[in-house]
Amino acid sequence: MATRSVPLSSARDDDRLANSLRDAAIAALMVFALGFFFLGVRTDIAPGGLALTFRWGLLFSAVAIVFAGRLLLNLFVFKTSTPVTSRLADTFSGAGSSFAGLGKWLARALLIFAIVLPFFFTYFFPSKDRQYIDLAILIMTYIMLGWGLNIVVGLAGLLDLGYVAFYAVGAYSFALLAQNFGFGFWMALPLAGLLAAFWGVILGFPVLRLRGDYLAIVTLAFGEIIRVVLLNWYEFTNGPDGISGIPRPTLFGLEFSRGEGGFADFFGIPYDSIHRFIYLYYIIFVLAIITNLVTIRLRKLPVGRAWEALREDEIACRSLGINTTNTKLTAFSIGAMFGGFAGSFFATRQGFISPESFTFLESAIILAIVVLGGLGSQIGVVIASVVMIGGIEMLRNLGFLQHVFGDGFDPTQYRMLIFGLAMVLIMVWRPRGLITTREPTAVLKEKKRIGADMVAQGEGH
Amino acid sequence: MSEAGQPLLRIRNVETYYGKIIALRGVDVDVFPGEIVTLIGANGAGKSTLMMTICGSPQARTGEIVYDGNDITQAPTHEIMRRGIAQSPEGRRIFPRMTVMENLQMGALLVDDEHFDGDLERIFTLFPRLKERASQRGGTLSGGEQQMLAIARALMGRPKLLLLDEPSLGLAPLIVKQIFEVIGELNKRDGLTVFLVEQNAFHALKLAHRGYVMVNGKITMSGSGADLLKREEVRAAYLEGGRH
Repeated sequence: MATRSVPLSSARDDDRLANSLRDAAIAALMVFALGFFFLGVRTDIAPGGLALTFRWGLLFSAVAIVFAGRLLLNLFVFKTSTPVTSRLADTFSGAGSSFAGLGKWLARALLIFAIVLPFFFTYFFPSKDRQYIDLAILIMTYIMLGWGLNIVVGLAGLLDLGYVAFYAVGAYSFALLAQNFGFGFWMALPLAGLLAAFWGVILGFPVLRLRGDYLAIVTLAFGEIIRVVLLNWYEFTNGPDGISGIPRPTLFGLEFSRGEGGFADFFGIPYDSIHRFIYLYYIIFVLAIITNLVTIRLRKLPVGRAWEALREDEIACRSLGINTTNTKLTAFSIGAMFGGFAGSFFATRQGFISPESFTFLESAIILAIVVLGGLGSQIGVVIASVVMIGGIEMLRNLGFLQHVFGDGFDPTQYRMLIFGLAMVLIMVWRPRGLITTREPTAVLKEKKRIGADMVAQGEGH
Repeated sequence: MSEAGQPLLRIRNVETYYGKIIALRGVDVDVFPGEIVTLIGANGAGKSTLMMTICGSPQARTGEIVYDGNDITQAPTHEIMRRGIAQSPEGRRIFPRMTVMENLQMGALLVDDEHFDGDLERIFTLFPRLKERASQRGGTLSGGEQQMLAIARALMGRPKLLLLDEPSLGLAPLIVKQIFEVIGELNKRDGLTVFLVEQNAFHALKLAHRGYVMVNGKITMSGSGADLLKREEVRAAYLEGGRH
């Protein structure tokens, strides 16, 4: 594909240029027609009515930008035999296949870094360690959520737009158990997971017969129902005011507090608030690793293989004697359970929760992490989480951009724009996500990866 | 083939509907142990519907289907498949993103692990092509290889009764011949009982011990494969235009 240089006659070249110019001119004309009212004319309230001002400069700059942009796109992408995008895609997929060999080592390196991460930051960035570890906790939470959702979407192929509901169930389970019965984090954690799994089954039953778009709509509605119930059931959930004073996790009964009987006091080290952050980090790290190990293990067991088969072809599954009902329900409930664990952790980390934290945007972000990482790819979820969550946070540190775009420029306000742009670019260049390699669970003699090169894109499955 | 003893599969007066539309109008079919039985008929005659009805999806509205002495008319699909019936569905329906090995493993999901290696060896002797392609994705196989994989996957479930829905669909004549030879061999060597739904009447009747002809949801003729091949009605309706 890389050597797709077709000798072109100059006649065809001229043709293409003329076509491109015409196309760009049409686009510019459309912008002029639309922009005349939106950009070109401005109405101001003036004494005795409205005053019209014409902004020809603005209008014509917009027209010029569209003309130039469209022309460039035509010349380099739409109307050329060697589009820039396909060349980029080649480079990307080339990187992808060499990445396959590196994947294992990258995973190990990331794991080791994740283990020493708190000490790395306290040692090298002592002034900013709290901020960085907090960010690492946030990223790790999304990695765990991504891995949980990966079971449902990536393995079983059930598009779930309401995953945040289980996150919310986990968080509220712990918060309410703590508030009403004085449960600690470790006691509430398994219960929160179980409750979330239970709700996973509740969601699973009505959607057993649905697939694709219909399933997505119902799960989306489910996520909203949970949020709206949390918002309006004031007596039970405290509605929009949320629940505060959620207990912090303890280490075998040791609290991370100043003074007598605290963690620092017990070990005879000076108190530092960073201890709690490090502890929180390790909790979510272990929870995430458990999620990952369980998923990897399940993939090799009959139930996990049935999930993958279900994603491929439901009718074939049934003809092989797989109980598709149970298979779907286990996928929903196990995915939900990990969402519930993550929710509990979220509650204990924040100390305060309200329905505002569980909007559709959260579901969308988690789903985006799974899709961008590559459906079914565990390491892809890690990379996508780091890039998306870390990347959005990094935008806060781009103060220098204010020198470029002026004082009023706040990069974080553009995060959704950048987020969307990144999505579009990745979907254009790597429609199956960043990591498309899939490790087969059964092998004959030697292992052979199913790489991007064997996955003909646009095949529709 | 002797017709003494109990049939392995007995279909009596089965009627199947799609909503209000009747698809099968009182079908009687027997498949005895060790037989290859074929069902031929034109497009839309109800052949595949009968196949799917045996598998319980859709379920028969009236009549009964008895397999190995048990009534399976109302049993759910996955229960039926667990009793030793394997199906190679119409259109093959292999798992395209899984490797050949994984596809075979899916077929053996309900079988004890101890049989896996031996069964795999047997499958690879039957279909050497699949061994060459073992680590390739199912979707990258050719049509013929995919059909072999669909049959192989069904065989990995160690069935007593193999249901084949149009294995010749869309395949080159040479490949069809190969696949039918394998079916014959499985029957002769292992005594596997096969119920074969086909449009390719010539090959199917030549291979089968007995055959049924279905028209408009009804069985209109039955007899030994050789018998049916000789019948004028069959020749006129299904073998027109020479040998397929």
